[in-house]
Amino acid sequence: MLKLLARFGRPYLGHILAVIALQLLTVGAILFLPALNAQIIDDGIATGDTGVIWNLGGIMLAVAFAQLAAAIASVWFAARSAMSIGHDLRAAIFRRVSGFSSYQMSQFGPATLITRATNDVQQLQMVTLMSLSMLVMAPIMAAGGVVMALREDAGLSWLVWAAVPVIVVIMVGAGLKMMPLFRQMQEAIDDVNHTLREQITGMRVVRAFVREDYEAKRFTKANQHLADLAVGVGKIFVLLFPLISLVLHIATAAVLWFGGMRVADGLVEVGSLTAFMQYLLQILMAVMMATMIFLMIPRAMVAAKRINEVLATEPELTEGTREADDVAGHLEFKNVSFSYPGADEPVLEDISFTAAPGQTIGIIGSTGSGKTTLLNLIPRLIDTSAGQVLIDDVPVAEYSRAALSKVVGMVPQKAYLFSGTVASNVRFGAPNASNDDVWHALETAQARDFVIARETNGATGLESTIAQGGTDVSGGQRQRLAIGRTLAAAPKIYVFDDSFSALDATTDAALRDALAEQLSHATILIVAQRVATIQDADHILVMEHGRIVDAGTHDYLSETSTVYQQIVASQVGHV
Amino acid sequence: MSETTDPGRKANAFWPSALRLLKVFAPYKLQLMTAVVVTVVSVVLQVWAPLILGEAVNVLFHTDGIDFARLGELIARVLAMYVVAMALMWLQGRILIIIGVRITYLLRQDVERKIHRVPSNWFDGTQRGDLLSRTTNDVDNIQNALQQTVSSLLNGLLTIIGITIMMFAISWRLALIALIAVPIAALVVGIIGKRAQKLFSAQWANTGKLNGHVEEAFTGHEVVTLFNRQEAMNEEFAARNDAVYQASYKAQFISGMIHPIMQWVTYLGYVGIAVVGALQVAAGRLPLGSVTAFIQYSREFNQPLGQLAGLANMIISAVASAERVFEFLDAEDEDDTDGELDQVVGAVEFQNVAFGYGETPLITNLNLRVEPGQLVAIVGPTGAGKTTLVNLLMRFYDVDAGAILLDGTDISTVSRAQLRKPIGMVLQDAVLFSGSIKHNIAYSRPDATDEQIIAAAQAARADHFINQLPEGYDTEISLDADAISAGERQLLTIARAFLSDPRLLILDEATSSVDTRTEALIQEALAKLQQGRTSFVIAHRLSTIRAADVIVVMDHGDVVEQGTHAQLVAAGGMYHDLYTAQTQHNLEGGR
Repeated sequence: MLKLLARFGRPYLGHILAVIALQLLTVGAILFLPALNAQIIDDGIATGDTGVIWNLGGIMLAVAFAQLAAAIASVWFAARSAMSIGHDLRAAIFRRVSGFSSYQMSQFGPATLITRATNDVQQLQMVTLMSLSMLVMAPIMAAGGVVMALREDAGLSWLVWAAVPVIVVIMVGAGLKMMPLFRQMQEAIDDVNHTLREQITGMRVVRAFVREDYEAKRFTKANQHLADLAVGVGKIFVLLFPLISLVLHIATAAVLWFGGMRVADGLVEVGSLTAFMQYLLQILMAVMMATMIFLMIPRAMVAAKRINEVLATEPELTEGTREADDVAGHLEFKNVSFSYPGADEPVLEDISFTAAPGQTIGIIGSTGSGKTTLLNLIPRLIDTSAGQVLIDDVPVAEYSRAALSKVVGMVPQKAYLFSGTVASNVRFGAPNASNDDVWHALETAQARDFVIARETNGATGLESTIAQGGTDVSGGQRQRLAIGRTLAAAPKIYVFDDSFSALDATTDAALRDALAEQLSHATILIVAQRVATIQDADHILVMEHGRIVDAGTHDYLSETSTVYQQIVASQVGHV
Repeated sequence: MSETTDPGRKANAFWPSALRLLKVFAPYKLQLMTAVVVTVVSVVLQVWAPLILGEAVNVLFHTDGIDFARLGELIARVLAMYVVAMALMWLQGRILIIIGVRITYLLRQDVERKIHRVPSNWFDGTQRGDLLSRTTNDVDNIQNALQQTVSSLLNGLLTIIGITIMMFAISWRLALIALIAVPIAALVVGIIGKRAQKLFSAQWANTGKLNGHVEEAFTGHEVVTLFNRQEAMNEEFAARNDAVYQASYKAQFISGMIHPIMQWVTYLGYVGIAVVGALQVAAGRLPLGSVTAFIQYSREFNQPLGQLAGLANMIISAVASAERVFEFLDAEDEDDTDGELDQVVGAVEFQNVAFGYGETPLITNLNLRVEPGQLVAIVGPTGAGKTTLVNLLMRFYDVDAGAILLDGTDISTVSRAQLRKPIGMVLQDAVLFSGSIKHNIAYSRPDATDEQIIAAAQAARADHFINQLPEGYDTEISLDADAISAGERQLLTIARAFLSDPRLLILDEATSSVDTRTEALIQEALAKLQQGRTSFVIAHRLSTIRAADVIVVMDHGDVVEQGTHAQLVAAGGMYHDLYTAQTQHNLEGGR
């Protein structure tokens, strides 16, 4: 945690030093006031000089004002630096996660990444703030107390040396006991949040199968676990303050007893004895402040560890430097294989084919045969395990990310839309597209008619709103908007991953006609389940178990490929 | 919904929310009273003990030799008092920590229950990330505050009361000066607190918005990568992150000012006491001892007051969070009816149904009759209202006009649970839960045996790929993992619906990502399963549709044609066009 805070706190070192300096001033003022008060008693009251009383009163007032100013300034610097650290941490996590590959993304899972980017940072920033406002002050006060106590009467200083280690042992012991509990607690919070997230995303399924009670039970279990841990931590924590107080009270009593003996022997004045007791109390106050933060530190340490895990994960996907201004869009797979780390079976094995501008490649095959994995290699959502994917004879890894996204336009299987408007979604890949461009893309995507008719809360057409994920348009509309989004970006290579599955046959046919007309010079790859969607392709790849088993035109495959014949038969039936 | 995220809307609702948060303690009155009593005793002992200590100090002053027996006795008394006081503090802490944890637990329970009670359309307009932020970040914030403030709050308040009494006992005049600090402090907290509360509301609302953006960016990560839009997402993130930063640092600064200002006010009181006290002594109206004792007490008075002020920011922040949580808890419940359904036979009838998601009507006058045991295929262009039809039948939404009858009973009179139990549904989006594959299939029927689960998976043609996974049916599914393809996910959800052995089966484009050979096999299984149950199938593929007893063609929210495949082809209407569009190439090529 300290490392992380040191790294992110460095830019705000000036602020933090200011906090410390201002707090020293504040503490100085706090310690100065009783001294002034003593002076009023000694010089003012004793002599009955009202002028001195007013004078000293005025100085006290001035000191109080100075203390106020210093304290407020310190709060400002503390709030600013702690919140800045939180701000920077969130930004760093977000940036880092943006560079993750899909695989790295799924390794963590979006749910925990979201918690880490917000809730965990929150923990850390609060502990920083508390530390800045109290943890600096507490040691100063405690140390001041110890020093003053030692100065008063050296004969009793052994009491301080006895009490302080006992307190330290108690605090460290409690900390060690609480640490693992806090780790479990943060995991339990993760679990509770994860369950809630699943319930919200899977709400329809929960309701459709009437499993609300089951979900409630599942949640109760997670929630109860969290509560149990919280009570476990709390029980240790509430022991802390009374125990430490007791140690200090015993020390005070001891001061009286042993001090009394020394007074009797004439070794010490009663006045310094009472002062000694005052300073012991001051130490107690400081310790109490520290225990407040003590509750937060272990949790923050766990949060810091989880944040570090994200920041320490190097983005898997590197990028090259090559720009792609004059790329024609010639695509080649050269003996490509892919397997997930640690998996026995490769998902893709020895895939080779080429696709030239103006050509359409159809890919068909059974569920789980590796079609999507193959397509994901082209925009480098994942990288090959062996072999190469080349665009214009250059490995895709050598292009910059920006260049690659300009060349390759992919419509993923899951047509994800962002909350915003129709226009903001279509412009996602082409921020500068004019309204005409947007309409043109929508028209080609066969989305023009329904977009014109769309109305949400008074906004119509392009400006009508879209909910997160695109849940407020039908599956087919969502697919067409996703296609429109890719068309607007005008890439050289188009990759459609089963992007027509929710379209009815008429729309499907019209869309393909429009694509054929508009994209006659582009390289097109289409994965589809329907033979009709790909039968006009220049080249069709038939996939089974991660391999290309047959390839050729529709006519050729219809003659020679048994797999292809089976697929055709399953769709045409026995007419 | 959309207006719930407006930050400033109820920024002044501090007291209602605060009182409501307090009311949550109501069931724990007894424990709370115990805690108060325990604290009172403990505070009395703690305020009293210094007096005895003072006596002990006085013993030391006897110049004619110290009475060690008396000193020992006094010290023993003080020690005994402190031991008891600390034991009581510990007891109080335990009671309060348990209540605090329990309350957060119940708050979380309430939030979770609420998720299942709000109408389905509640989720349409709300950013998921914001809702999640309410249920996690905000509840968490409340928990922290409860754990850290309640005990100190109680101690501080009671200590202040105790010391006030002691001060009045010594000199009411000086006590009044000390107490002047209290109304001034209240004023300061009131003025600053109000501003801070607005800022904290903004902080948590902005946190919700930030969470919404993070949620979207992370779930849409693939699309962001594809279009290389990380920078744009970063910019948006930076804007929202700045908003959180601005609101939270200001909130912390403003609320953080309360503590020093309060301290300052108490110092003013302190100075006042010193000056007035000194003048009084000088005038001979008060003994010096009383003034020094008084100054002691006024310092002890200030200490808890400062402590309370230090808690102010945590409390204000927690109340701002509570407001957001309550807002969700106050969302209107889905009104449910409690009618029962007898043994379901499976006759479904739509009578003059009208419905629209917003103001624009989607369905104006839909009529449809389905006999028990029929396989009904619903076809039509996208956006024609096919999924809506199913949503209405499941009562995810209720009709605006007309009625839907199941076996002659109006489903709006039947409780939703009763209605949904006999229906097995496969949704367009294949939603799986974390857990094993077995667990996911058995989701529809928790008491299913392994044999039944495997049989359902076999019928859905999922058995084959499951067996190829390293741990078969025990393979864990993570929410967004890549290892299982979209088609395979659909197969699992179909197996889930098969296993529930429903009277009514609804497949909403359930096989859109499944290859057609597998689909044909599922069709066979479906035909077997079909015996004696009514099925609705929404599909685009002809192979799926042809086998249906009735084909319902929808367009613009209404049924435009219905009949068997042969009838509809012969009729030469919309279905005929759809059919020829899909088949002509296939027929040409297939031959």
